[in-house]
Amino acid sequence: MSASANRMRGGMAALPFIAPAALFFSVFVLWPIADSIWVSLHDWDGIHRMRWVGLGNYTELFGDDVFYTALVNNIWWLLSYMLAPVFGLAMALFLNQSIAGMRLYKSLFFFPFVISQVVVGLVFSWFFNGDFGLLNLGLHAIGLHGVSLLGNANWATPSVIVAGLWPQTAYCMILYLTGLTAVNGEIVEAARMDGARGWNMLWNIIIPQLRPATFIAVVVSVVGALRSFDLVSIMTKGGPYDSSAVLAYYMYEQTFLSFRYGYGAAIAVVLFAIMDIYIAIFLVIMLRQERR
Amino acid sequence: MSRTSWVVRFLMGALALAPVAARADSITVNTDQSDPQPKAAFQEVVKRFEAANPGTHVVLNVYDHEAYKQSIRNWLTSAPPDVVLWYTGVRLRQFVQPGLLADVSALWTPAMKEAFGPTAVALVTDNGKQYAVPYTQYQYGIYYRGDLFQKAGIGPIATWDDLLGACDKLNAIGVAPIDIGSKDLWPTAAWFDYLDLRINGYASHMQLMSGKMSYLDPKVRDVFAHWKQLIDRKCFVPNHAELSMQESQALLFQGRAGMMLLGNFITANFSPEMEKVMQYAPFPSITPGVARAEDAPMDSVAVPQGAVNKAGAMKFVAFMMQPDIQEMINRYEKQIPANTQAKLVDDRFLVDGRKLLQATPDHSQFFDRDTDEALATLAMKRFQEFMIKPDRLDRILADIDRARLRIYAPAN
Repeated sequence: MSASANRMRGGMAALPFIAPAALFFSVFVLWPIADSIWVSLHDWDGIHRMRWVGLGNYTELFGDDVFYTALVNNIWWLLSYMLAPVFGLAMALFLNQSIAGMRLYKSLFFFPFVISQVVVGLVFSWFFNGDFGLLNLGLHAIGLHGVSLLGNANWATPSVIVAGLWPQTAYCMILYLTGLTAVNGEIVEAARMDGARGWNMLWNIIIPQLRPATFIAVVVSVVGALRSFDLVSIMTKGGPYDSSAVLAYYMYEQTFLSFRYGYGAAIAVVLFAIMDIYIAIFLVIMLRQERR
Repeated sequence: MSRTSWVVRFLMGALALAPVAARADSITVNTDQSDPQPKAAFQEVVKRFEAANPGTHVVLNVYDHEAYKQSIRNWLTSAPPDVVLWYTGVRLRQFVQPGLLADVSALWTPAMKEAFGPTAVALVTDNGKQYAVPYTQYQYGIYYRGDLFQKAGIGPIATWDDLLGACDKLNAIGVAPIDIGSKDLWPTAAWFDYLDLRINGYASHMQLMSGKMSYLDPKVRDVFAHWKQLIDRKCFVPNHAELSMQESQALLFQGRAGMMLLGNFITANFSPEMEKVMQYAPFPSITPGVARAEDAPMDSVAVPQGAVNKAGAMKFVAFMMQPDIQEMINRYEKQIPANTQAKLVDDRFLVDGRKLLQATPDHSQFFDRDTDEALATLAMKRFQEFMIKPDRLDRILADIDRARLRIYAPAN
């Protein structure tokens, strides 16, 4: 039997194993994507017939101020979320000690990630509240003027991002804590013999060994930033006057509050395209690593 | 229209709801009355209906308010239940005109029309036919702290100058005059509605709501000019953009704010102490001679065109017209029955409310029910922006009007 025929039979045998997954992937992932693209080419309110508008929704979207506000906010989210791996690493290094009761401290630091984003949103909106919030009580106590962060168009987005960073940092911390257990003690020992200390040790010995953890931490943070919706919805509803909207929230608002299904779908398609860029970068890195 | 249908049918089949709905002696009723009291009211209606119609089984499905607004579009265009709870006026006609709701004119005998009164009948009528049965409504108005008003030396608020004066007097005693939570956006629309109704009148307001009048019209500018007077006098609580409607009420109850323009549902939140000091006043007159109209949302039950058990549904809807049933529901919900023959629960706010509504023939249904959803969503965000940045008025009005032209273009 020739090698190519053998490979053929291998391919045929794989088919029944792939088929169920391929079927579900097509029905629950590919078809909805195709359908969203189809809906985005129409004007539709869910009651009347869908009206073909071609690229009309996209033309409108690219002339829509709120779309650009949301896009810029999404970029801020993305950039700010890159702080999560940094803070996460710092916390992991701090917690990576053997002291009595360390497990309890670790659990407490991990806690924000376990609770629902809705709860995080509520807790932070009360914390930031200009009237009864803890932040303002603190500011008043040291004689400073109170601030109304979530009601201020300039401060709403940074405030929501801060709330988002809290659980995200905890997530990155746990990834790094796991990574630290895999750090090779012998290499650390050898480096110490060679006189590596402090920053030098961290930068040249520890961090390179944490590469896999860093990779995952960055990946989950990018995903977390791009799909940010719940905190915005809970804390500001995209307001005041759209200033803290992100693409996912604007899509929700246009689809389910304005009943502009076509326009909402167009926003979804744009968000999908942005995600694609990121996924492409991710795949290139992954493949390069596998080849190595 | 047909594109959602098979998905919904598939899901309905999967949930095995279809066989239940198809039984001739069973009626499926979908409502969004998920709060404890209204939910209990509907359970009671079902119990009484089943007792009055032995052998008939009613399936009551209760949904969350917001989810309901979205899913009703799916049901109506695919596999509808037999009875749906819905609004009246523009929101009702929105489903009537594409032929999604059944004509229930047969139930509207002259005696019935008499019992409900012309305002309620008009709200469920399209092209001379009736498509729903209203069962409850409530009034909007100014709910204020009687004790604080007394302390500040404020008399009754009957005119615009009275309102401005009250602002100054409350500010003078260190109380924020007007409470509002604009994070939820819609509370701002209550102010827009009332200013427009009192300055330009009901007919003009409804022209604007139906997209036939421009937001660049001087009449609309006049509304915002009055609104700006309130903003300039620091009438509204600061930080309103970070307060939801519920959160904002705390300021009123703590005595840090003096009054609030809201629907009668606020009375449900009064503690026994608040019950003693809270007072109600209709929104003051502004332009002399303009006939008064009120924001008074009215809810109804309707029969979808595609209902499986239409005969049963008609029977259920007719049952909801009865004065004793409307009295019972509104006792639970603490609202005003649409049937004027139904007795009112003994509550001073509702007694005032019913008197007010019976004296005013025109009831608008609130901004977000009277105009297109897409326009309402955008406009309410702009109202909030105006309350924070009043100097952006020109851009705000241009923005809203651009949306109006886009949304109402095919209809005009």
